[in-house]
Amino acid sequence: MQTETLIKMANQIGDFFEAEPDEAQANLEIANHLNRFWTVDMRKQIATYVIEESGAGLHKQVVSAISSHLKV
Amino acid sequence: MDDIKYTKSNYIAPKYVPSPDYGTPKKVSEKLVMLTIDGVDISVPEGTSIMHAAQLSGVSVPKLCATDSLEPFGSCRLCLVEIEGRRGYPASCTTPVAEGIKVHTQTQKLADVRRGVMELYISDHPLDCLTCAANGDCELQDMAGAVGLREVRYGYEGENHLKAEKDETNPYFTFDPSKCIVCSRCVRACEETQGTFALTIEGRGFGSKVSAGNKDFMDSECVSCGACVQACPTATLMEKTVIEAGTPEHSIITTCAYCGVGCSFNAEMKGEEVVRMSPNKDGGANHGHSCVKGRFAWGYATHKDRITTPMIRKNITDPWQEVSWDEAINYAASEIKRIEAKYGKDAMGGITSSRCTNEEVYVTQKLVRAVFGTNNVDTCARVCHSPTGYGLKQTLGESAGTQTFDSVMKSDVIMIIGANPTDGHPVFASQMKRRLREGAKLIIADPRAIDLVENSPHVHADYHLNLRPGTNVALISALAHVVVTEGLVKEDFVKARCERDSFVAWRDFVAKPENSPEALEKELGVKAQTMREAARLFATGGNGAIYYGLGVTEHSQGSTMVMGIANLAMATGNLGREGVGVNPLRGQNNVQGSCDMGSMPHEFTGYRHVSDDATRALFEAAWGRPLSAEPGLRIPNMLDLAGEGRFKALYCVGEDIAQSDPNTQHVTHALESMECVIVQDLFLNETAMYAHVFFPGASFLEKSGTFTNAERRISPVRRVMAPKNGFEDWEITAKLSEALGYSMHYNHASEIMDEIAALTPTFKSVSFKKLDEFGSIQWPCDDENPSGTPTMHVDEFVRGKGKFFVTQYVPTSEKVNTKYPLIMTTGRILSQYNVGAQTRRTKNVEWHHEDVVEIHPHDAEERGVKEGDWIGITSRAGETVLRATLTERVQPGVIYTTFHHPESGANVITTDNSDWATNCPEFKVTAVQVTRVHQLSDWQKHYKTFSEAQIAFANKKLSTQQPA
Repeated sequence: MQTETLIKMANQIGDFFEAEPDEAQANLEIANHLNRFWTVDMRKQIATYVIEESGAGLHKQVVSAISSHLKV
Repeated sequence: MDDIKYTKSNYIAPKYVPSPDYGTPKKVSEKLVMLTIDGVDISVPEGTSIMHAAQLSGVSVPKLCATDSLEPFGSCRLCLVEIEGRRGYPASCTTPVAEGIKVHTQTQKLADVRRGVMELYISDHPLDCLTCAANGDCELQDMAGAVGLREVRYGYEGENHLKAEKDETNPYFTFDPSKCIVCSRCVRACEETQGTFALTIEGRGFGSKVSAGNKDFMDSECVSCGACVQACPTATLMEKTVIEAGTPEHSIITTCAYCGVGCSFNAEMKGEEVVRMSPNKDGGANHGHSCVKGRFAWGYATHKDRITTPMIRKNITDPWQEVSWDEAINYAASEIKRIEAKYGKDAMGGITSSRCTNEEVYVTQKLVRAVFGTNNVDTCARVCHSPTGYGLKQTLGESAGTQTFDSVMKSDVIMIIGANPTDGHPVFASQMKRRLREGAKLIIADPRAIDLVENSPHVHADYHLNLRPGTNVALISALAHVVVTEGLVKEDFVKARCERDSFVAWRDFVAKPENSPEALEKELGVKAQTMREAARLFATGGNGAIYYGLGVTEHSQGSTMVMGIANLAMATGNLGREGVGVNPLRGQNNVQGSCDMGSMPHEFTGYRHVSDDATRALFEAAWGRPLSAEPGLRIPNMLDLAGEGRFKALYCVGEDIAQSDPNTQHVTHALESMECVIVQDLFLNETAMYAHVFFPGASFLEKSGTFTNAERRISPVRRVMAPKNGFEDWEITAKLSEALGYSMHYNHASEIMDEIAALTPTFKSVSFKKLDEFGSIQWPCDDENPSGTPTMHVDEFVRGKGKFFVTQYVPTSEKVNTKYPLIMTTGRILSQYNVGAQTRRTKNVEWHHEDVVEIHPHDAEERGVKEGDWIGITSRAGETVLRATLTERVQPGVIYTTFHHPESGANVITTDNSDWATNCPEFKVTAVQVTRVHQLSDWQKHYKTFSEAQIAFANKKLSTQQPA
């Protein structure tokens, strides 16, 4: 899948959970959403992107959620 | 419940026993009144009419103008009775019971009076009973017999109405005023049952006649619901099918296959031919009412375009080859095996549809999960109500609406957001309008002035919040801001029923000044004061119920808005009893059911995630196959991957993604890139034009199963004729499974439901036998609720405590600019249904034969566009051309169209933008430019050539319509 599509989707998810005042909780919720609704291939692709491209274009909080809690 | 096992040969639908016509509606009262009718004592609720009480005691009083779906009128003077100690002969329909009265329904005097009345009626009625379409089904005929009319002393030569001209303009029924007895049942049905007020009695005395507002029926306000035809006691209003075929000889109760109201119908049959679909009086969702689609638009089932022989082909550029079922199944299976071997199982998947029965959806997802070995299964709810499933599960704990339809009769304030019930859910709309005429208040949030705003007689919106498309979440925050900051929160309810922390976080969020109506006024385009007043009304006006549709879900923040609605309902204490609730109006008949049945890639039946080990173990044990713990691909994911050459095989049952999904060119590119597309459908639909295997499907009249409507009501679909294609759809799926080496042996659809019940806690006590017994059941139906659950979350929410979510408004990335300065939004019309595959193949096209674009006169003038001009609509995704109609229903800056005709290409324009949580497409917001043009768009020209070639390949003459 095109990485731009994944970035857009991940950022939209981030937008929703950014309203969560507890940052650690928000990280968990974002990663949990990806774990529950994205296929493992999509998760691997975004995780690889975060590592290889330092998550360019992704919201900071999404990068942090992916780095800390994503199941791949 | 478990003792009976149905098979195809032993399943006999319960015999339809028509309930008696009690003449006047049932009354509810705790106080009982005792009276004597013809020497028999009976006690009935206070307010009951003598006529109704008599029928309850088994006595039929002669009547013509009375029927129990309508309030009594007292005009025919046939139902007169004598009451001891009272003078005269009161009409039993309009006279309520009283304690201790003694009523006589048959005396010599009454017989004389009744004969005299009948004599007058018959003196001005054609005596063509033997050749009349109502022969044997005529109340006038029955009453002439009942009162013993033997002669008409006046003769027939005097002035009469026998030469009155017939009106045959409506495609489904005729109006023959020569047979009319002016009982007003049709007029009252149009008012009371349907709420359209299209009919009236014109003139006085002898000159009185029924009139559709001095117009013929087709040009009148009539919406062709058929309530008048059903109410007519004579042949004055008569179905054309009955005129052609004669009266039906048997009747089977089944469920409509159109919208999410899920009306119950008696399929009235002659052998295997449907003569009439008449709405079932005992139907829990519709109580004997119907709309133009359900009652009349079923001719598609026998339309010449039906494909009934399986077809295969190597490439989509090849002509189709008709083959036997075995050959088609084996070819499909060999292709699936080949693709699995070459690309792996994750390159395959399936799509189910909300038009399928629960049983069909269940076996399809079972096939994909257990046999394909992947969770790549999705359903068309992805593109409509997936945000409802997500949002309501998060907040309340269950992915379903909270109420019954009848609940609306106890609502004091009704809020409709992004739904158009009079067009999309007409039978429920009639009930809602009844409640509104009784005085309930109405708030409508919609960018467009739907009919309920001010175009429905005796109904108008108290507040129309005509927001800019895409700003829903800002609106719900503004309304919540008012509730929170003006002290209108139902603190007791919130304290007892909701998670405190979540409430506090939400309260503090919506109370922020940036969420005030004043701060958001400009963004929304709605006056702050109007929002404040609407919010106050909702919070303080008594029982508040929210009804919403795709105008809520089909947005980039669709799920956020669903949660925002649940937040508002919790904060105002409007959940857990009748008259309130969060009510998603489901577009298709089985949206709720297809979601319940585990057709989403991340969950099994009953909304249990595939990663849940205990649930997975349950299914692995039942199915005997290992199952994946990883969520599969959603439809848009499948299409993205297909376009990249990484998704190769699709089994698509009853769904037409090439027409119904956004960004058509992206979809067709994906379909062209696959190696095996299997389509199972009634017709060579748009997706089938890209298919390699075509399995002809069965219509709802040809199969057994169940549909689950918007109020979680599971209703039986019963086979009334043999499938023209040879098999019920679940049998085809089972055959494919068999060919892939996995036996799916069921003798009857009821055995599939038994398996669903065994594996799904909310369906635990559901069975076909129970459905035969109860008529329909609202889930959850288990040991605790053996007859189902009409209202959910009564004592506590399914998730325990209700959870508030902070709903930050994030404007869509689909923004207007100088290149695309307008917003296009979409909707449905009454006479057509979604992609139109069914309704376009009925006479409903007489109401809507092409999709047109509504544009505000101001925007039209700026572009030199006049009524009826062709206009080109260009978006970031594509271009199409449609005819314009100028109307102030849409606000300046917004255009609106329907999407019922494939050549319209409405989805050529819509984009890939989607809901953040569920990828439900943002159908409702597309930035566009509009210009006057003189020819079709390139896409439309290509479509015309391509579809004509594909139809030729199927060697069928299909009646697809092209723009003139």
